Amino acid sequence: MRPDFGVPPQAASADAAAPRVVMSEADVSRALRRIAHEILERNKGAQSLVVLGIPTRGVALARRLVKVMAEVEGREVPVGALDVTMYRDDLRRNPTRAVEHTDIPAPGIDGRTVVLVDDVLFSGRTVRAALDALSDLGRPQAVRLAVLVDRGHRDLPIRADFVGKNLPTSSAERVSVRLAEHDGADEVLISGGERR
Amino acid sequence: MRHLLSMRDLDRDGVLSILDTAASMHDVQRREVKKLPTLRGRTVVNLFFEDSTRTRSSFEIAGKWLSADVINISGKGSSTSKGESLRDTVLTVAAMGVDGLVIRHGASGAAAQVSQWVDAVVVNAGDGTHEHPTQALLDAYTMRQRLGDLEGRHVAIVGDLTHSRVLRSNLICLRTLGARVTVVAPPTLMPSGIATWAATDGFETAYDLDEVLPHVDAVMMLRVQRERMSGGYFPTAREYTVGYGLTRERLARLPEHAVICHPGPMNRGLEIAADAADAAQSLILDQVSAGVAVRMSVLYHLLASSGAGTAEGSVA
Repeated sequence: MRPDFGVPPQAASADAAAPRVVMSEADVSRALRRIAHEILERNKGAQSLVVLGIPTRGVALARRLVKVMAEVEGREVPVGALDVTMYRDDLRRNPTRAVEHTDIPAPGIDGRTVVLVDDVLFSGRTVRAALDALSDLGRPQAVRLAVLVDRGHRDLPIRADFVGKNLPTSSAERVSVRLAEHDGADEVLISGGERR
Repeated sequence: MRHLLSMRDLDRDGVLSILDTAASMHDVQRREVKKLPTLRGRTVVNLFFEDSTRTRSSFEIAGKWLSADVINISGKGSSTSKGESLRDTVLTVAAMGVDGLVIRHGASGAAAQVSQWVDAVVVNAGDGTHEHPTQALLDAYTMRQRLGDLEGRHVAIVGDLTHSRVLRSNLICLRTLGARVTVVAPPTLMPSGIATWAATDGFETAYDLDEVLPHVDAVMMLRVQRERMSGGYFPTAREYTVGYGLTRERLARLPEHAVICHPGPMNRGLEIAADAADAAQSLILDQVSAGVAVRMSVLYHLLASSGAGTAEGSVA
């Protein structure tokens, strides 16, 4: 049994199971503002950028990022959605998933810097699928990755360029990103597993 | 859902899930690179014991665009023409390790029978005068693209109901989606027992097309199957057109927003006038293009996950 320093065993197990907030609404908002600034700084402005969110929550995050960019730069950055369901390598191991829409903004992605946006970076398989999907759509000049939470446990050599929060987790834990657009509130929760 | 044998295999959520996925597949059709890696390493056999260029080629393209290996076997050149039974032909094909069998056969119930002999996923691509579920799905998809939600919409299905395999699947599909359906045909081409059937599935029957037309949101013209007309169903082609053809005059009586469907191939001048087939309201070519997207969606839902009954959750 795991030692619980000074905490009564019953209370500890109840506590470990209960979800706890690791990012509040203010934290999420601050992280997104910072990421938007970092993207613009790295790209030396908003020219030739295209921001693509990975459904479902990545799309909402992508829209928020371009909103901040528009405030800073005074120009609209094209934003869209990139569904990667059909490119996943674990399709056979899971029940069929619903396919979401892919929406590539009018200028396309050829020769542009594409910023992929997702809520949580975990195994890296979603990002790998996204890279495959992108290569079927055109040839970007560069592809960058922005995530709200990097929780570690990568299966593939993939690293995010822009991270809202690095969150050390155990693989048994569950990280849930809740956003106002889908869940009525902004917060990041961690639940289940043993706390590190 | 393990196989797609009948429209009754799908509940409302199942139908909507297939139609929504088809919309994403339709987007893929507009891309420069139309290939998805989804069914890489899977083998699909199109086993067509009856001719059907349209259905067979759209299943073939659908499978190929999903990266499956697709093989076509037609009844004519195969061992069935040498006297082999359906069961032996199917077992031989299945023994080669195929994952999916798309089957078209002249006998009603053939696909359901085949699904009991093999482990592969079976898709019914038309069995006799029984069902043709992917056609019904693509018809619903096309109408939905133009009309939006079909709940409460009024659809008339007109023509040779007796010999149609499209009718039954379409009735079930449209009723599942909450549409109101009226079937219209001359008494000789109205299937026997239609009254009982109409009561069970909740649709209406009519014999006067002109009375129905002004109240519909969609009219689906069925082909007069001349090859199945052994005579006696109607006196002359001219008389059929006067009573039940979608002529230029009737086209004018359709509400402005109403759409025209036809599962093809058309007998221009018989059940549908050229003016109607080529009208702005006609969805006939959209139906063909939707056929590939809908079949991609069906193959995805049946074959993407590891088979046997794993598709629950999205498809009933």
